[in-house]
Amino acid sequence: MHDPTHDLMDDGARLAAADRSARVRHADRAARFVADAGQTDWHDAVLWRIRGKRDAAAGRVEGWERLRALASEIKEHTLSRLDEYLAAFEEAATANGAQVHWAADADAHNRIVRDLLRARGVRRVVKSKSMLTEECGLNPYLEARGFKVVDTDLGERIVQLREEPPSHLVAPAIHVRKEEIAALFHEKLGTPADADDPRLLAAAMREDLRARFLAADAAITGVNFAVASTGALVLVTNEGNADLGAHLAPAHIACMGIEKLIPKPEHLGVFLRLLARSATGQPLSVYTSYFRRPAPGRELHVVLVDNGRSRRLAQPDFRAALKCIRCGACLNTCPVYRRSGGHSYGATPSGPIGAILAPGMDMKRYASLPFASSLCGSCSDVCPVKIDIHAQLHRWRQVAAREGYVSWPKRWGMRVAGWIVRSPRRYRLAGRLVRGWLRHAPRRLRYGPWNAWGRQRELPRAPDRSFGEWYAAERGKK
Amino acid sequence: MKVGLFAPCYIDQFYPQAAVATLELLERLGCDVAYPRGQTCCGQPMANAGCAAAAEAAHRHIAACFEEFDYVVGPSGSCVLHLREYVEGAPSARYYELCQFLVEVLQVERLDAAFPCRVGLHASCHGLRGLRLARASERQEPPFDYVACLLDMVDGVERVPLDRPDECCGFGGMFAVEEEAVSVRMGADRLADHLRQNVEVITGTDMSCLMHLEGLIRRRNLPLRVVHVAEILNGSGEARNA
Amino acid sequence: MSRKRRHNALGRAERSAQNGSRAREAILEAVRRAGAPFAPLPSIVGATDMGTGEALTARFMASAQAASATVRIVEAGGVEAAVREAFPGAASVASASPAWGFEQADPAAEASALARLDVLVCPGAFGVAENGAVWLAESGMGSRVAPFLAQHLVLALDHSAIVPDMHAACDRLETFGEGYGAFVAGPSKTADIEQTLVIGAHGPRSLTVLLT
Repeated sequence: MHDPTHDLMDDGARLAAADRSARVRHADRAARFVADAGQTDWHDAVLWRIRGKRDAAAGRVEGWERLRALASEIKEHTLSRLDEYLAAFEEAATANGAQVHWAADADAHNRIVRDLLRARGVRRVVKSKSMLTEECGLNPYLEARGFKVVDTDLGERIVQLREEPPSHLVAPAIHVRKEEIAALFHEKLGTPADADDPRLLAAAMREDLRARFLAADAAITGVNFAVASTGALVLVTNEGNADLGAHLAPAHIACMGIEKLIPKPEHLGVFLRLLARSATGQPLSVYTSYFRRPAPGRELHVVLVDNGRSRRLAQPDFRAALKCIRCGACLNTCPVYRRSGGHSYGATPSGPIGAILAPGMDMKRYASLPFASSLCGSCSDVCPVKIDIHAQLHRWRQVAAREGYVSWPKRWGMRVAGWIVRSPRRYRLAGRLVRGWLRHAPRRLRYGPWNAWGRQRELPRAPDRSFGEWYAAERGKK
Repeated sequence: MKVGLFAPCYIDQFYPQAAVATLELLERLGCDVAYPRGQTCCGQPMANAGCAAAAEAAHRHIAACFEEFDYVVGPSGSCVLHLREYVEGAPSARYYELCQFLVEVLQVERLDAAFPCRVGLHASCHGLRGLRLARASERQEPPFDYVACLLDMVDGVERVPLDRPDECCGFGGMFAVEEEAVSVRMGADRLADHLRQNVEVITGTDMSCLMHLEGLIRRRNLPLRVVHVAEILNGSGEARNA
Repeated sequence: MSRKRRHNALGRAERSAQNGSRAREAILEAVRRAGAPFAPLPSIVGATDMGTGEALTARFMASAQAASATVRIVEAGGVEAAVREAFPGAASVASASPAWGFEQADPAAEASALARLDVLVCPGAFGVAENGAVWLAESGMGSRVAPFLAQHLVLALDHSAIVPDMHAACDRLETFGEGYGAFVAGPSKTADIEQTLVIGAHGPRSLTVLLT
């Protein structure tokens, strides 16, 4: 009677756990990305073009900034009464014929999905894009248990075949060039060896995946919005893959974080006006599907996942991150993301939003992410729900330092700096020493290997007199 | 109007001419300006490094230095933003970046200065998005730009539009050394934009961004130079002739 | 799966349902304890004024075309002719609506048969001027999957059923009583390969909107 796989942690999960325990050094990963100047040029340009489309689309909406404020307020309200909205949603969804499941963490989520699949004898699963299942590591979990899981969003499928995580919230394979995709599809789908026309490649995947859609035993999707008053789930795609999966398979399992709730359909209008425009510059994605009741003879399961969200809700400094609608606009606008690539963050999602979400999940692993920013603030200005992303990055830095995740030379350096500038006398002396050193020390010493500034940049030319000294001499008698 | 001149530490030590220009310009515009000699650093480097606690004494110290003034004005958007966030406390803003002070408080309409040059304006992020010295390109609201407006009052300035009007230069304080590769790449991209428009002088409100760009310009021997906006607005001779 | 394993799996599902109700209480309690201060729900303002009648229709047409849809104005009763004209070589054209003389889409049709369907014609409930989307209710689809499996999709829309924006559109969902519906704005598409737009990703290769 004992099922040996039930209690044992499998190798995949153990490996994933081991990988997760390693610290992500964003600067090192980013340096490797930037070393390929051509790739960096391309990555930066293509994402900047999306940002341009977003600007144009937002500019065509009268009252865009007011719309952002509205979306932010609706989310803040919903989060402030989240327990009530969750209960209301559960009641309405259950009345609609859906089955609602609750998962406290990633592991519980994965088990629930596994049990649902096993109880129905499922082998083949099609999946549409879901950042939550990425967060929970669902794919490796299910694959280790013998399920055949196929991602159906084209970009997700590309990274799945490459055996790597998505690098962008909305465009998962944005880091992959078409020549690489051509080689991949040649190997996996049998397309001609040098055929790299995106239309041909997409058509080959269409054929391959249509057969998989038709043969699937279950469909797993994410959820963009869940409407508390009607119990409906809203899914947004351009490709139509979520619908194909959900309508064809006998069972549809929709996985969502508990922060995805909105009160009523009228609020959906606000978010739908913002989402696609912020994400891709489209006024609306091609398909916005409203799942209220399962089709006759079919099953609809909703898995509500906490996985750290209630903990974050209790943190006044960081709870606003729960407003995120996963549009990816902060990635496209981020000058660091554009030049370091999604994989440099070692987290899903990546980019600025990832850099404020990941430290809350695992500070030890992700302590470098809040520092992977020049704090330019563009992320906060594009965010359709007005998350104060750059301010949260700044606050996560304080947490990282407090919890000992900032290197001791830096911590002590800052303490010494703080001690010096407490006293005008010490400050002036230090200034004179630094200027004297910059003026008189041999270049070899000034540009030693320790000097990261000087690797590719000159140090400033130090003047003979500081402003303070000039002022004392020229204006002192006044 | 009693104005306290705030000279951020790196300007005091490395770019005194920007502070001199700020002082002279404010005086010519009729302000009673004093420079409290005891001031040191605003504490921003420590806070941005995650060590805001190490800057607490600096915050108290700088607040004490400027206690007696109606306004505190400094030629650095970034440091002023830090003072507003960490030191000010009161809702009415008293700490001003120079250009913001000229436009919002002095309401300057003309300047007596000349600077015959092709000038690229680098919109430093903290001034742009923290102090709102201009409309950031991602915001959907009527455009305005304090610094450009002031530069346009200077004879001979040919202000050159950039492909990306307000992309970050990649300085970012400790970011410049901790994320050296990306920081340098961002700076190089910023310079390439200015070079494409045949800019001769890059100016801006923040000498820190300009210090980073200047470091790249000098290492790469590029036909560009950096000048703090205070020197251009003041018509400082050195800025023209350097 | 053997009967024994399936039995075990079902037993586990029951156990996990018990765990689930504990998880439910724990999550709701944690959310309550989080103590996010009350924030009021704003009332929705900013509905777009795009005029009425022709201006609205023109805006809808421009938006739908920008989303890669083909839009045609047809006379009342001209839907069949317009579809034949747009798809002269189509072997199979079906519709769930008896209003037209097309083959009736079978709600119980095999998916593989639907996938071979050349053209599906559906009645759109209303259109949205700001983005060119058409709301398609389940009752007009034949089966839920049909509009996604057919090679080409045609939506017939009464030109007087166009609302200005998504605020007005989503207000209508307040009273929507069916089990499923979708806004459709253009043919299925992807830009996942180097951001190059490819029309006809997984769903229909084209979308035609016939304004009656």
